[in-house]
Amino acid sequence: MSQAASTATAAAGQSLVEVRDLRTWFELRQWGFMRLGSVKAVDGVSFALQRGESVAFVGESGCGKSSLARTLLGLHQPTEGDVVFEGQSMARLGRRAMRDYRARVGYVQQDPFGALPPFLDVRRILAEPLKVHGIGRSERERRIRAVLEEVRLSPADDYLRKFPHMLSGGQQQRVVIARALILEPSLLIADEPVSMLDASVRVEILNLLRGIQQRRELTLAFITHDLSTVRHFADRIFVMYAGRIVETAAVQELLDHPQHPYTQALLAALADPDPDNALDLREVPGGEAPSLLNPPPGCRFHPRCPKHMPGVCDIEDPPDFEPRPGHLSACLLHR
Amino acid sequence: MAVPLLSVENLRLNYHTRQGLVQAVAGVDFEIRHREALVVLGESGCGKSSLAKALMRTLPRNAGEPQGRVLLEGEDIMALDEERFRREVRWLRMALVMQASMNALNPVVKVGEQVAEPLRVLRGWSGGRARERAAEVFDLVGVSTDFLNRYPFELSGGMRQRVVLAMALVTDPQLIILDEPTSALDVLTQASIMNVLKRIKREQGTSFILITHDVATSSELADRVALMYAGQIVETSSAAEFFREPAHPYAQMLMDSVPRLRQDTRPTHIPGQPPSLLDPPSGCRFADRCPSRFDRCERDPGAFRKGDRRRVRCWLHAGGSQLS
Repeated sequence: MSQAASTATAAAGQSLVEVRDLRTWFELRQWGFMRLGSVKAVDGVSFALQRGESVAFVGESGCGKSSLARTLLGLHQPTEGDVVFEGQSMARLGRRAMRDYRARVGYVQQDPFGALPPFLDVRRILAEPLKVHGIGRSERERRIRAVLEEVRLSPADDYLRKFPHMLSGGQQQRVVIARALILEPSLLIADEPVSMLDASVRVEILNLLRGIQQRRELTLAFITHDLSTVRHFADRIFVMYAGRIVETAAVQELLDHPQHPYTQALLAALADPDPDNALDLREVPGGEAPSLLNPPPGCRFHPRCPKHMPGVCDIEDPPDFEPRPGHLSACLLHR
Repeated sequence: MAVPLLSVENLRLNYHTRQGLVQAVAGVDFEIRHREALVVLGESGCGKSSLAKALMRTLPRNAGEPQGRVLLEGEDIMALDEERFRREVRWLRMALVMQASMNALNPVVKVGEQVAEPLRVLRGWSGGRARERAAEVFDLVGVSTDFLNRYPFELSGGMRQRVVLAMALVTDPQLIILDEPTSALDVLTQASIMNVLKRIKREQGTSFILITHDVATSSELADRVALMYAGQIVETSSAAEFFREPAHPYAQMLMDSVPRLRQDTRPTHIPGQPPSLLDPPSGCRFADRCPSRFDRCERDPGAFRKGDRRRVRCWLHAGGSQLS
């Protein structure tokens, strides 16, 4: 048993992951030596994920959601703050412990074709992580077949010898999911798992992920820009804007009673298919998401916010308020 | 009845590949009236982008000669030779905004110059006059005229997409074909670009063909919808008919697969995969995945007329008169 797993037993009842004031900055240089400053991709984010829950991080491109995911995966070193996984701080993990940690966290990438090595067949792709973790041949074979059944690539024999280019987009994404699951992680991070797929396949993959999450009692962190898919596939939503989490609530609560002006704008901009949509213009806040190199002072949404209070929002950094029970929103309007 | 702006009759297009002949567009008919927006909806590989490229003659080398007739205000533009098409039709009467074309701007030419260029080349306008017109269309698409002298890298993705739209608008064409104009953009940017398109349609009276896979966004602009599947149009309806009561089984299943923000119904997926266009089935192309399939589906249904302008390619709707 790995060290991480034994700590887990001791820490039962606690949250699976706790993120405390996390900052992931990327230093920007010109010609390799002139420091231009830092891109503050994740800039002061705190949250906790419970065991067996499915959460969604929603935000537009450049809001830091993918950097957050990659920091959780241990692919980026946090600049400040800490990630505590099963009671253990990631900052203090050595190389061995880091390897164990990576086995406990699965990753489903956005572009399945890019995520799969083109010159390995499905069996090799799935065997590779097992080899790295020293699992013997017969056990490998058993696990590979089981996981292929689980992602509904069955009978497994039809797929084991196929190369990625021989599979459809949906099937490729199933292989990516199988690879993420094969080491039996307790946290699965899916970064835009369906944005490269066709509409009719999307639902299938999302249902599959949701089913696996519930059956295995996994924690699923689902990163997306598409609020409309979140509704059926997550329990809680975190809305991100410019490197921060601006609003958190249970899915239905957040969709029914959005509190933060950014979330409200996002929901107002989203269409459901309806012929009446063509009749009116939508309300869209002007401007664009700010540069993460020099984010605006105070609330980061204030330059675009329709409810902006001059002299307040552009000076004070909004803390989290709880305008409704269990519903957090970082907006000074709630004060 | 007035002559439609564009009428496409039995358009066919094949690609030559190493595996054989791919029938990307297999006999497509539709028409667009003046000031109308038609959405061509379909999943990847259904032939919707090939359709746009065939109309604009921007096909890759391995494409065969498109067959069929394309009438622009009654004139057969398929019959024009390449030079006349370039001088008289492309850009001046029909413009195309391609998928991800915001990344195709010339990086070393100021965006204002790029937008003005079609006027100088195709209309022979002076630089000054063309730049004035470029400033006008910048206003129209919501880009500040301060940006005329910027280079593409200084603009965000949403701004670049607006600039590309300005390029298509600058010659004041009657018809603009948009191939997935917003699919690479964020939700808010996407919504504001759709607003721009709606405004242009209303104020300039431009007609649009919007090619997309995104059902929800397509409803923002659509007057009519043509749904494609495996190289064929399976349903053509008004937006109200299509989004409220789709007729073709594929249309119904596609609508059910769209996740909705404001409704509690759970989306469902469509089992199976579209047929290969290398060797498509001779009967209905959706039959393999269709829950209502019956023995007649072995034969190609052809398009059935249902009401004035509605066409459905399905035996279940055989009550109407058959067209082809």
